[in-house]
Amino acid sequence: MKRKKGAMLVRLFGAMLTISACTFGGGFVIVSLMKRKFVDEYGWLEESEMLDYTAIAQSCPGAIAVNAAILVGWRMGGAAGMIAAVAGTVVPPLAIMMLISACYEAFAANPYVAMVLSGMQAGVAAVLCDVVLSMGRGVLAQRSAVRIAVMAAAFVAVHVLHVGVAQVILGAAALGALLSAAGKGADA
Amino acid sequence: MILLELFAAFFQIALFSVGGGYAAMPLIRNQVVQVHGWMSMSEFADLLTIAEMTPGPIQLNAATFAGMRVAGVSGALCATLGAVTPSLVLVSLLALVYRRYGNLSVIRGTLGYLRPAVVALIASAGLDVLMLVLFDGQRPAIAHLDVLGAALFALALLLLRRFSPIAVMVACGVLSLAAGLLFGAG
Repeated sequence: MKRKKGAMLVRLFGAMLTISACTFGGGFVIVSLMKRKFVDEYGWLEESEMLDYTAIAQSCPGAIAVNAAILVGWRMGGAAGMIAAVAGTVVPPLAIMMLISACYEAFAANPYVAMVLSGMQAGVAAVLCDVVLSMGRGVLAQRSAVRIAVMAAAFVAVHVLHVGVAQVILGAAALGALLSAAGKGADA
Repeated sequence: MILLELFAAFFQIALFSVGGGYAAMPLIRNQVVQVHGWMSMSEFADLLTIAEMTPGPIQLNAATFAGMRVAGVSGALCATLGAVTPSLVLVSLLALVYRRYGNLSVIRGTLGYLRPAVVALIASAGLDVLMLVLFDGQRPAIAHLDVLGAALFALALLLLRRFSPIAVMVACGVLSLAAGLLFGAG
């Protein structure tokens, strides 16, 4: 039994390691890969369970991939499982970014690399613009005056008045909790 | 003490970022560029670029990158630990609540109002990156406009309708290099 658990922990660690090392493009992608691995391939979890975990992972602060790893790890192997899953998730970005940042200064000083990086910055700006437009359209589509007002007020607060980001988040969360406790936010 | 500061900064970033990587970005900029001055805005834009091109959550990529630059390997480890700790506590708590009550409606309702604020925050940070691209961090005026940057931005925006972000960014990088080689300084 003990050996079986050890083997399971190794598999859990290995699965999260490969998923984390191969996932570009953020939390939602990683969650769907986890579903494929743990539900379809290993049969460790029910599909509905994984859907619940996804909802919780998205509702919690922090990196979605880490949150999902905590839930699956906890479910499969208690505290040890949680540690194995989180370690698997964390090691690839840690190793890759350590390598890159060790080379970054030499890299960025090279004029050709600087040209590539500055072009890619334009690409990032476009990606961010795209994200904002599609997310913003989603908010507008809800046709809720309060939400649109929250969006406008948050932008003015941060960009014009230089209010702290954390304060804005806390303010919006408090407002949301109040409104949904009062029963107006049930449509969210 | 710098290690403790790194831990605390990324703890705070993780604690307040709800809803995925892009939501964390304004918080990372706030802590790393504005509060602690660990990176310039241009280095931050490079970090975003690198994080987008490498696997893994942006919070963890940023933690390692900033930690390494400020305090080497131990800095990277402390910052990463800081980025993971809020999740360890909060996710376990929420999972417990969920198992007991099986209902997340107040949390969902709260998130419904958080999302518009998060969009605004991303817009604000994105606008700063755009200003950097268009005007090289100078005062926004036509005379300072970086034509190549502006052209690449517009092109990238169009290409994003068809291609993945990584492909678009690679294309931008290659075009920028080509332009730099053809016309001298990009």
